[in-house]
Amino acid sequence: MDPHKNLNILCEEGKQMDITKLTVHELQEKLKAKELTITEITKAYADNIEKYEKDVQAFITPLGNEAVKKAEEIQEKVENGEINTPLAGIPIGIKDNICTKGVRTTCASKMLENFISPYNATVVEKLEEQNLINLGKLNMDEFAMGASTEYSYFQKTRNPWNLNTVPGGSSGGSAAAVASNMVPWALGSDTGGSIRQPASFCGIVGLKPTYGLVSRYGLVAFASSLDQIGPITKDVEDAAILLNIITGHDERDTTSVNKEKVDYTKALKNDVKGLKIGIPKQYFGEGINPEVKEKLEEAIEKYKELGATVEECSLDIADYALATYYIIACAEASSNLGRFDGIRYGYRTENFSNLKDIYRNSRSEGFGSEVKRRIILGTYVLSSGYYDAYYKKAQQVRTLVKREFDKAFDKYDVLLTPTSPSVAFEIGTRSNNPLEMYLADICTVSVNIAGLPGISVPCGVDSKGMPIGMQLIGNRFSEETLINAAYTYEQEVKFREKYSPEFKKF
Amino acid sequence: MQVSREEILHIAKLSNLNLKEEEIDTYLLHLQDILNFANIVSKAPVEGLDETIGANDNYNVFRKDEVKVFEDNEALLQNAPEKERNMFKIPKVIQ
Repeated sequence: MDPHKNLNILCEEGKQMDITKLTVHELQEKLKAKELTITEITKAYADNIEKYEKDVQAFITPLGNEAVKKAEEIQEKVENGEINTPLAGIPIGIKDNICTKGVRTTCASKMLENFISPYNATVVEKLEEQNLINLGKLNMDEFAMGASTEYSYFQKTRNPWNLNTVPGGSSGGSAAAVASNMVPWALGSDTGGSIRQPASFCGIVGLKPTYGLVSRYGLVAFASSLDQIGPITKDVEDAAILLNIITGHDERDTTSVNKEKVDYTKALKNDVKGLKIGIPKQYFGEGINPEVKEKLEEAIEKYKELGATVEECSLDIADYALATYYIIACAEASSNLGRFDGIRYGYRTENFSNLKDIYRNSRSEGFGSEVKRRIILGTYVLSSGYYDAYYKKAQQVRTLVKREFDKAFDKYDVLLTPTSPSVAFEIGTRSNNPLEMYLADICTVSVNIAGLPGISVPCGVDSKGMPIGMQLIGNRFSEETLINAAYTYEQEVKFREKYSPEFKKF
Repeated sequence: MQVSREEILHIAKLSNLNLKEEEIDTYLLHLQDILNFANIVSKAPVEGLDETIGANDNYNVFRKDEVKVFEDNEALLQNAPEKERNMFKIPKVIQ
């Protein structure tokens, strides 16, 4: 049997077309025109998982077979008229810290290796209401703590653009799966850059929504005041479509905001004339790879050509923000991860004689080294004697960061920065130096600290062909402005038409 | 700021974590490194600024104090490392 039989179908021009290279909005059109069926689409992705997963290792729990069965059911229901949601039958990948009823949710940790959530996260309920199909749970850094997906208990995911490099993190499995066409799109979570940085490393689009726009109910908490779920997609239009599905007030998350629903696809306008873009000069200083800088400068020129007003500005918070981020995120993590005690769920040690032993030994054996490091750091900055010097100070810096952004947004509609100071780095080069790993987040963390939305869009490749990402930052709830700005750039640059990963090692 | 061996052992105890002998030095080194970097917050111009406790403006969210029963006991208990009948099983607490 020809394994590519399901992958390739004839398109109008008579050329071979690969279904899995299409975006979701393209798939939707083909479904509407009856050029494709729901089952064909899901099968094509299931085949790609068979083909690429051994090299990329993006999934913790792949669900190709289950997804194909589900696709057949949905196909039938659509034909009977029982289902008429516009995205019915489109598959999706889900980061493994988002709870899915009946399918294990591991957070890439030994602690939750066999955990099966008794309920669905709100975002998963929303996907199911739209009759999307879960293609699998995706790899990540353990409990979302990391920037390379190397801290997963299970496996190291590889970047399809160069299999010797990391896909970024913590949503590295989600980004690598989208980039290698094993899923058409995916959900990730972003606490300090965990959607945007892997999207940048993998040459795709990642959107971190404003804090409170998307319910966190059922997202395993890392740092509750920073975490947010968002789309990882092939293009900006897909990001807008997925954002439409997952936003909305949820009374089960008290930090979710009660706002009228917006149709983000209406912001897909190819026009940035008059848009005011600020370029914070501190994000282009030393420490930024020269090739990254060069591509960003080209992007800035492109915006000027497209009629935007571009101006250099000052946002002198990057270093403070990174330190503040690690203090706050670790403090919140040390508290949030206190719940893992080996009693009600999760790993339990075999070595105990009393309750205290269960707690200590289960946690010591169940958590990986980075998670323990952050719990220790978080406990330290919250402990008496150091609270004022670190935690309290960091909370004040948080106010400072917000104010500096407020000032910038008085003048500009969006801010433009690199998503990461570098392209994807080689596996193993940073995992033993935590501070160096933390520096990978320098361009992204301040967005989480201030609760702002940010999007990463590919803006070119370096001399080795590795993708470079541009970050656009907007004011709170200005996702429409971000989508408009990113979309216009994308239509002009057409990154996807020029570059694609080749699963090589170099 | 210098973190001592005693201090890190105390913090590990507060965190309910055991550190193996060979781990202590590595964690000490890393904690030291990160704290040296984090010290930059002490230089931030934050005189007189309030603390921000979350990304949203601070407000309380009230709801009626109503019991909502989670029906699927079986799904809850299937994750228990040890259970007996409808209960989580733990070692004896009162000796």
